[in-house]
Amino acid sequence: MWSIVHKMGSPPWFYRFSGLVIRWLLPIVVLLLVVGAIWGLMFAPADFKQGNSYRIIFIHVPASVVALAGYYVMAFAGAVSLIWKIKMADLAMRAIAPVGAALTFIALVTGAIWGKPTWGTWWVWDARITSMLILLFLYLGVVALFGAYDNKVAAAKACAVLSLVGMVNIPIIYKSVDWWYSLHQPASIKFTGESTIDPSMLYPLLLMIAAFYGLFTTVMLLNMRADLMAQNRRASWLERDLLGED
Amino acid sequence: MAERTNTEIVQPLMVFLRGQLMRHLKSGLRRPGEVANPLLFFVMVVTLFPLGLGPDPERLREMAPGILWVVALLSNLTTSHRLFAGDFEDGSLEQLAIAPQPLALSSLAQTLAHWLLSGVTLSLAAPLFGLMLGLPVAAMPTLMFSLLLGSLCLALVGSVGAALTVGIRRGGLLLSLLVIPLYVPVLIFGVSAVSEAIIDGSPARWLALLGAFAAAGLVLIPLAVSAALRISIDA
Amino acid sequence: MSGVLLNATDVAVERGERQLLTGVSLTVSAGELWQVTGANGLGKTSLLRGLAGLSRFGVTGDIRLMSPVLYLGHLPANKPLLSPIDNLRWHPSGRRQAALSEIETALAAVGLVGFEDSPLNTLSAGQQRRVALARLWLASEPLWLLDEPFTAVDIDGVQLLEQRLVDHVEEGGAVVFTSHQPNRFGDRVNILKLGEFASG
Repeated sequence: MWSIVHKMGSPPWFYRFSGLVIRWLLPIVVLLLVVGAIWGLMFAPADFKQGNSYRIIFIHVPASVVALAGYYVMAFAGAVSLIWKIKMADLAMRAIAPVGAALTFIALVTGAIWGKPTWGTWWVWDARITSMLILLFLYLGVVALFGAYDNKVAAAKACAVLSLVGMVNIPIIYKSVDWWYSLHQPASIKFTGESTIDPSMLYPLLLMIAAFYGLFTTVMLLNMRADLMAQNRRASWLERDLLGED
Repeated sequence: MAERTNTEIVQPLMVFLRGQLMRHLKSGLRRPGEVANPLLFFVMVVTLFPLGLGPDPERLREMAPGILWVVALLSNLTTSHRLFAGDFEDGSLEQLAIAPQPLALSSLAQTLAHWLLSGVTLSLAAPLFGLMLGLPVAAMPTLMFSLLLGSLCLALVGSVGAALTVGIRRGGLLLSLLVIPLYVPVLIFGVSAVSEAIIDGSPARWLALLGAFAAAGLVLIPLAVSAALRISIDA
Repeated sequence: MSGVLLNATDVAVERGERQLLTGVSLTVSAGELWQVTGANGLGKTSLLRGLAGLSRFGVTGDIRLMSPVLYLGHLPANKPLLSPIDNLRWHPSGRRQAALSEIETALAAVGLVGFEDSPLNTLSAGQQRRVALARLWLASEPLWLLDEPFTAVDIDGVQLLEQRLVDHVEEGGAVVFTSHQPNRFGDRVNILKLGEFASG
């Protein structure tokens, strides 16, 4: 166990390991995306109330789920970076922040598109949407803080502190927004609540969620490798690797 | 034995905490603008709302809790970004960082001094601003108490942002980006408390939430602040 | 009081992607006076900050402090609106709060009698510098790390300060200070010349 943690800190080892992971993961992710999308968009039954417009959940829900999980992964990487001072954790945080922000943004946009036929308006100050918007702000704060420091090691540590504070706050924010919404809930817009979802819709949805997790991991690793290459552009092991592999 | 540890460990820390608090308070009070300007800011921004929304007293009263709390939040935002700047620029932070006393404690002293000078004065003056917006007199104690607790929460959350951005030139706007999302629960608790008070509801649970946030913040946030300050000194 | 107060082995300092220093080793024992010299930009300040524990990102190597440290940098760590007494009483370096009589003695030693209660921003730059130096007359820390202590001090002040450093060392303390000025302590002082390490 400890030797793996130790290896994680070694740039050449991580570069090779992540290359291997991507080579296996990427085809699986593409397969899941294609199967999940075709299943969800073409073969899953239409909703008896919303018709076909509900099908956007096959993008909206996975994006939301992975966006939120991504913040926790980022905060975890931050904790690893602060406690064990492993450089790869710095890279991981730096790689996750923009990906997470993009996923949150996708979740918001698809939510708005979904809202138009469902509620007749692009934007509703609903508890979940508002929480998502605040999550986007939290991500953008980390991205902005990264950019503001000249010293990149310091930037990573600062972002680690920020994302840990954010992580502790996320449940409080979500809960408070929930209460806020239940205080002000307008009568005209009624959420479907905890409605059960039919297995014929659930399975493609689970497939898409798995695909988004895989996509998130792949893009994170690609980002990390790009940073790693930039940092080690003069290192001999990288030259050997690049010339040897391709 | 326990008594001896108490005098040996806790008492010097309290002396240090009090000393740092005195240092910031005396320094702050010698510059009266630092106390008065946030209040002036508050009254001026509150004035903007009737001008922007129209003078209808009914509507203003309905919006008063939100307006007052958002302005309190903005006022805290504008003062927070200088929180550690003075100590950073004159080298005091370096000394605090290598002092035997924990940096978390000295940063807490700084945050508490800031709260006493800006947050507490603001909550004391708040009924005045409440009257301007037609807030019923019965809601004033809740307004004051919620702002008293809430401004401590805001000051604590703001101190994290201030510590992360103190070494960055023109970090003021960046601080806002970092801190505004973290302010959200405080805003919701505070506004809900005052709104409940207006309709003769029970603001107690919202005040309790603010108190819980402040209590947890007093313990946890100085730890994050001290980590952030060490990074800022070094960067 | 004897023994090693500071042991630094194989210290390297980098700023950005530039390597300022490598392979600096230094052992400071009680009763020793060390002067760190070298041209501007060689990393004297960075080294001292590293020894004090203020730099972690740019400084690598094994640095062991066996004693409480007094660090005096370029920045005064004083509040311009407070008097010399308040500044010294509530000094951010912590450790212990000095008694009023001690502070008055220290201020007298640096020639600030009559200015004890004037806010710092009403004093001259040289007097403010003396307030910062007055800490050395209150210090209980055995190991002193002083960054360019002799700058912005007049001739009287330089003599006072020299005497204070010598006294401290003779009382069993140790001093490491940076200076690009020629040696003023004769063979009392150990010299650490940074250029030699950087090239070698």
